[in-house]
Amino acid sequence: MSDSVQNIKTIAKRELSGYFASPVAYVFIVIWLLLNGFFTFSLGGFFEMGQASLTMSFFRWHPWLYLFLVPAVGMRLWSEERRLHTMELLLTMPITSWQAIIGKFIASWLFLIIALALTFPVVITVCYLGDADLGEIFTGYVGSALLAGGYLAVTSMTSSMTRNQVISFIVSVVVCFFLLLSGFEPVTDLLPNWLVGIVTSLSSLTHFIAFQKGVLDSRDLIYFGSLIGFALFLNGVIIRNLRAG
Amino acid sequence: MIKVENLEKHFGTKRAVAGVTFSVERGEILGFLGPNGAGKSTTMRMITGFIPPTAGKVTVGGHDMAEDPIPAKKLIGYLPENAPSYTDMTVYGFLAFCAELRGLHGDARKQAVHRAVEMCFLEPVLHQSVDTLSKGYRHRTCLAQSIIHDPQVLILDEPTDGLDPNQKHEARQLIRRMGEKKVIIFSTHILEEVEAVCTRAIIIDRGRIVANGTPQELKQRSEVAGAVSLRVIGVSADTVKIRLSSVTGARKATIVKEDANSVWARAYPAEGSVNGTLARGVAEVCVKEGWKFEELHTEEGRLDEVFRSITWSETGKKEEKP
Repeated sequence: MSDSVQNIKTIAKRELSGYFASPVAYVFIVIWLLLNGFFTFSLGGFFEMGQASLTMSFFRWHPWLYLFLVPAVGMRLWSEERRLHTMELLLTMPITSWQAIIGKFIASWLFLIIALALTFPVVITVCYLGDADLGEIFTGYVGSALLAGGYLAVTSMTSSMTRNQVISFIVSVVVCFFLLLSGFEPVTDLLPNWLVGIVTSLSSLTHFIAFQKGVLDSRDLIYFGSLIGFALFLNGVIIRNLRAG
Repeated sequence: MIKVENLEKHFGTKRAVAGVTFSVERGEILGFLGPNGAGKSTTMRMITGFIPPTAGKVTVGGHDMAEDPIPAKKLIGYLPENAPSYTDMTVYGFLAFCAELRGLHGDARKQAVHRAVEMCFLEPVLHQSVDTLSKGYRHRTCLAQSIIHDPQVLILDEPTDGLDPNQKHEARQLIRRMGEKKVIIFSTHILEEVEAVCTRAIIIDRGRIVANGTPQELKQRSEVAGAVSLRVIGVSADTVKIRLSSVTGARKATIVKEDANSVWARAYPAEGSVNGTLARGVAEVCVKEGWKFEELHTEEGRLDEVFRSITWSETGKKEEKP
């Protein structure tokens, strides 16, 4: 047991330091922070709203920002291993493919969480300007991190399908877009009533919004947990099939 | 140490490996030969546990690779084809990472990396990023990775591919040195390498083993093995040919080459002729006829010829032998 934890740690450490070894990580973080600032203060109308809340001005944009930024972070996870043939090296080490999948996933997720944590000035701003509900902000952040994890698991899966990062990026954007749209009101309004409940319950957006209300509902936690679990499970199946030829 | 039984691998309808059986013991260096696409790499990938076999079984040190892969993999060091490595890491970082996955931490890790770096002459590039390295260094980096945990079994897929002659020589010496205490399987299509390094060679063609023996034994299967070649001056080719074929112990004689004053001829031994009889016979003829010969030697047999004859006849493209 401790062996597998150790292996996961080793793989995660390599993957995470891989991000920071290249300028891509810093470029990504800067773009992410700039976009966040722009959407929050400009489009989100943070000041005009006159509320000490981040729900409508800040968190609201995350599902859409993540739609492109998370696949950009995760697209190389497995496709690069396949392109460089390092997958053969990695999977002939005395580790299981699950340890590799989880290690890589955790590293990318940590990277996204670091990027998310760097948005802390907006929390300071809102606390300085008014009497913000810190509980609500906290659950908002938890929801945002879980949403990023869900998208990331999908990206990890799609990146194992191809050795081309661009294809991996596009496929994961499409899949995440469907997860998003199925809870987007303009879309769900078009659906017949009996279907709405099922479709929206499968949407990442519906469950993400629930966190913004300051509630940690077990259903939402289970939703993101099972989305991550399912996508990573498929990831494992794809890799097993690749090896079986 | 390694036992491979009836190993098969199908890709769709294609049978890449069609029933391979062999075993290797400690102290053996097994050369894996075969034309491109013969199933060498596929077989090695199955031995290392990268791909599961369609049928058959691989056991490494008593551990079944399919049932109990982790302890089996721990015994193996593997250099995959084209020596892949993480190009965004430094040589040191890469080796340290591999050592950690092999369960080496702290001081043990540091020592293991140091030892591997020394054995593969990587000091000059230790802190360079892998993608700035020349092919030879990259290759050695990946080789260093395979020996970092001092494994009992080494599986090397074309370890000298893409190296310059000096590096090839170094790599061969390294393999020979390590082969004394380990089990080594390596694939190549350079035949001189097999002669220089291997204690045993397996020739594989279209997914089957077509020959298995020491390089000496394989060479014996060559047409020219045991034949006596000579070069004489001032005699016509026809005379030489007729006289040579009537030597005791000769099956037939051929003219290899002739020019203005020399004739290169070869006498082939009859079946069951004792080693040396033919050479003596040929020498006696030369002396009796008063031929001035400038060269006379017994052929050892050539591996490339054996290789060609075996793999060609198998693929049905049999060619006239020279």
